[in-house]
Amino acid sequence: MIDTAFYMQEVLPALNKGLLISLALIVPAGIIGFVCGVALGVIRVFGGALPRKLGDWYTSLIRGVPLAVQLMMVYYALPHCGIYFDPYGAALLSFILCSAAYHSEYIRGALLSISQGQVRAAQALGMTMAQTVLWIIVPQAARRALPGCGNEIIYLIKYSSLAYLVTCMELMGEGKVLASDTFRYMEVFLAVGAYYLAMVTVATWILRWLEQHYAIPGFGSR
Amino acid sequence: MMQNTENVLRIHEISKNLGGKAILKSCSLDVARGELKVLIGPSGAGKSTLLQCINCLIQPDSGEIWLNGQQLRRHDKKELCAFRTQVGMIFQDFNLFDHLTAEANVAVALRKVKGMNRHDALQRAREELGRVGLARRAALYPAQLSGGQKQRVAIARALAMDPTVILLDEPTSALDPELVGEVLAVIRDLARGGMTMVMATHQMDFARALATEILFMEQGVIIERGTPDALLAAGAGTRTQAFFTRLQDMGDESAS
Ligand SMILES: Nc1ncnc2c1ncn2[C@@H]1O[C@H](COP(=O)(O)OP(=O)(O)O)[C@@H](O)[C@H]1O
Ligand SMILES: [Mg+2]
Repeated sequence: MIDTAFYMQEVLPALNKGLLISLALIVPAGIIGFVCGVALGVIRVFGGALPRKLGDWYTSLIRGVPLAVQLMMVYYALPHCGIYFDPYGAALLSFILCSAAYHSEYIRGALLSISQGQVRAAQALGMTMAQTVLWIIVPQAARRALPGCGNEIIYLIKYSSLAYLVTCMELMGEGKVLASDTFRYMEVFLAVGAYYLAMVTVATWILRWLEQHYAIPGFGSR
Repeated sequence: MMQNTENVLRIHEISKNLGGKAILKSCSLDVARGELKVLIGPSGAGKSTLLQCINCLIQPDSGEIWLNGQQLRRHDKKELCAFRTQVGMIFQDFNLFDHLTAEANVAVALRKVKGMNRHDALQRAREELGRVGLARRAALYPAQLSGGQKQRVAIARALAMDPTVILLDEPTSALDPELVGEVLAVIRDLARGGMTMVMATHQMDFARALATEILFMEQGVIIERGTPDALLAAGAGTRTQAFFTRLQDMGDESAS
């Protein structure tokens, strides 16, 4: 039997509160992470030798260390360097840093797939390299990277649940507290799972809409 | 008469090595206003490299480039960009911007390089597309155009910048035979309208009819130059003529 009273009075209010925090993490981290990922990808492809190397190192570092550890570093280690974050700020920052690195991988591949001929055509029209990158290469690369970056945002929704590790009370954190208060783990986490599933479903719709909205005839995500 | 012989573009002893090989060896070229210079020669002769050295898409190792009596300081980025706005280029494989409609392909450099506003740039773009017979295709994307239409958009894109001279690198080589004519017709109109052009091509009939001078290139050297009449006269015994004859024979073979 489903205990409707328990769900209505305890689970939903707690999880809705957590959901708001989760969204406050996911939406900015998704958008800023993507923009930073584009910038990082551009640096890794078109930057000078040193910026390019730094970009590659950064990406390898982020990809090589578990996100949980990165969160701990931002929250517990940075204060030793005099940089303090509240739990929300620490989680948001590490999600942005992390997803930028992953987005930059997709962007980098897409940037490299744009034909050199178009670059030469843009230069022949008198565009600077910066203009060529900004107006010719990035708009095409972003479209081509969109499916991959969309996947990354789906992952972000799920790894945002790690924020509870630094006591940021988002969906997972609220669920955990409620479950241990009430000892009704299964019911609570069934609901938590349903919330994540709903977020992923909505995000998938939005991403599909974006892909269709920015689609160009004959210009697939090849 | 002085006006007619005024040199618009002067290329002086351009050399280029690539991969340890001399690709261009001291190539020189003077182009007067309204002239159509045609570069011919076997594949690998260095025609594309020469054309791309003229607007420094490939930086020459040595040599001088002059436009309207001004020597280009080709390592000055700003000056080079300004120079390139005056020197249009048409590529063999069109190189349209895949994410932009035909009119936006033409308008983008007007906006970003010449600083025109969106409305004026699009209006100018539509005028140029009308000039190459594509007014009704303005809103289509490159993937929706035929090869001949793509190349005409590329020509409109170059013309919109009001170039002093246009460089054309085998503009019809990537086209199906039935589409060559529409592109050549546009280039012919430009030549008749007094546009200054340097064009690499294998279209010998076109060259014979319209070139003010033919330059025959082989292994990075311009080995013959002269008017079509002089180089292609019966019994002239030139390399140009031999090349012409061979191309014709090949054309006859593939036709039969
Ligand atoms: N990046 C490069 N490195 C080495 N050799 C090159 C490079 N680009 C072109 N070449 C060589 O330069 C020669 C001239 O090429 P190109 O200018 O394309 O000739 P064309 O346009 O007359 O067919 C060819 O032999 C080609 O192999
Ligand atoms: Mg060539």
